[in-house]
Amino acid sequence: MDSFLQQFYQQLVNGISLGSIYALIALGYTMVYGIIRLINFAHGDIYMLGAYVAFFATTVFKLPFFPALIAAMVVSALVGVTIERFAYRPLRNAPKIAVLITAIGVSLFLEYGGMLAVSPQPRTFPALLPTGIFHIGGVVINSYQIIILAVSLILMAILTYIVHRTKIGKAMRAVSFDNDAARLMGIDVDRVISFTFAIGSALAAAAGVLVGIYYNSIDPLMGIMPGLKAFVAAVLGGIGILPGAMLGGVIMGVVEAMVSGFISSTFRDAAAFGILILILLFRPSGLLGKNVREKV
Amino acid sequence: MTGMRQKTKNDLLMLAAGIVIYAVVQTLISVGFIQDYWERNIVYVCINIILATSLNLINGITGQFSIGHAGFMAVGAYVGAIMTVKFGLPLAGGIVAGALGAAVLGFIIGLPTLRLTGDYLAIATLGLGEIIRITILNIPYVGGASGFMGIPKLTNFTWAFFMMLFVLFFIKNFVNSTHGRACVSIRENEIAAEAMGIDTTKYKVMAFTLGAAFAGVAGALFSHYTYIAHPASFTFMRSFDILTMVVLGGLGSMSGSIVGAIFFTWVSAFFAEWPEWRMVIYSLLLIILMLFRPQGLFGNKELSLKMFGRLTGGERRGTAQGN
Repeated sequence: MDSFLQQFYQQLVNGISLGSIYALIALGYTMVYGIIRLINFAHGDIYMLGAYVAFFATTVFKLPFFPALIAAMVVSALVGVTIERFAYRPLRNAPKIAVLITAIGVSLFLEYGGMLAVSPQPRTFPALLPTGIFHIGGVVINSYQIIILAVSLILMAILTYIVHRTKIGKAMRAVSFDNDAARLMGIDVDRVISFTFAIGSALAAAAGVLVGIYYNSIDPLMGIMPGLKAFVAAVLGGIGILPGAMLGGVIMGVVEAMVSGFISSTFRDAAAFGILILILLFRPSGLLGKNVREKV
Repeated sequence: MTGMRQKTKNDLLMLAAGIVIYAVVQTLISVGFIQDYWERNIVYVCINIILATSLNLINGITGQFSIGHAGFMAVGAYVGAIMTVKFGLPLAGGIVAGALGAAVLGFIIGLPTLRLTGDYLAIATLGLGEIIRITILNIPYVGGASGFMGIPKLTNFTWAFFMMLFVLFFIKNFVNSTHGRACVSIRENEIAAEAMGIDTTKYKVMAFTLGAAFAGVAGALFSHYTYIAHPASFTFMRSFDILTMVVLGGLGSMSGSIVGAIFFTWVSAFFAEWPEWRMVIYSLLLIILMLFRPQGLFGNKELSLKMFGRLTGGERRGTAQGN
């Protein structure tokens, strides 16, 4: 029983640090979906891009951790805005499926273009931060896990501030609530959408850097699964709702850690999709979402 | 009853065209003019046409956005292989069993999930496709992660072509039937369809189950052609490929799906010589196509029927005349 509890707490710790990474990616999904109703399949690849930018910033330009993190976030934000500008904006009035296919195309382009540019081999991410291991009551906590949690919390706090306390944040909420009304009120909707992509991509890039230092290994296809799972996390929390994405991410991380700790790591991915199906069947609006009745 | 006669005439014309195509290709294969590489791609074209038209039935005709088609294909591939390898059935038995297996699963999955709409349905079907794959990955009876090996190569061009022809006729006649029109009405406006007394759930599940069954047929043909059924062949990338064929040709257009499948198969075969560039070019093509022609090559119009209509002087009877 004791070892069971110990294992449980251990997986809880692992799950929370993994979950805060999902939460960071899920925030980008949920913001973009909330504003233009698009499942941005390329979002997971932005996360990969962030990891690679940080990798080159630290190995080629010898930057330390924080400047590398900032560089990754800035570059990814620019790429995110560019993608929106050239791939999604021309399709603003096109059928939804066309935009979705474009998103898949962009995602494949980043993955395989990335393979071409940086070789498909996984790379060892440099150890940028001092490692330390803490034992608390038999539970092992890695210093990276603390850093992941801390950085995620700081970024989420900044995001919450931007969305709730600044003018652009207010504009984002307005566009998400009613695109046309916001436009009529004089909000530059395209600018708001660009800004949303910038923030979402920056958060995904930060997640990529954190995963890089945590797992020590990055590769061009690393974004596919976390991207999908982060989307599941966003749906779980209630798509379009920021606290929902954070909550969903953490739940996803914990469930996944528990499944791989207690059942089998091969079922890890199935568990994520299982959650998705359950939530869609029983509470499609998500844990924190409100049920909106369809009007005829 | 001129309509009925017209329809039979069209069917017969298409059947005749199909048999002529078969005879020509089969002769070329027999005399050795078409060799391994080309023959393989022709068989893949047939399998992909089955996949694309069956997904088109769900996505294009009924308007239910499903992107988990690879899951049903996997079920067909594995169930079919179990039948031939473990129970010694002939290929026909494998195909029927694969189709039935996929249909049953499609029914079980479709009944609850088709309550969802739009993006949610898309993501749910994607998730279910992955769950099917991961489940197969964890069943040692069918080889688990290393794949189901030692499947006899029973599929040949004849099998692939006539199964394709069968599926095409089935779907075409389904679409032109009462059921098919009900499916189209769901796509056009689900609420209005329901108000007109159409049991929307029934028809959605029907289209989904049929689509799944045909994906199972394609899966069984596929696994009996490649000697092996491997979980990695049925990831969501495969579902995206099938979706791409459908959207490339034009969502809702059967002839579009056929052309999309042919085009897609040949483009990927062509780029297979430059594996590192293949996916990059493919993704760029996808983006450019969507940017400049989001409705696909054919929109939702039918090329063949229009042509037949014009040839025989009859009026056009497209499957999707409403835009």
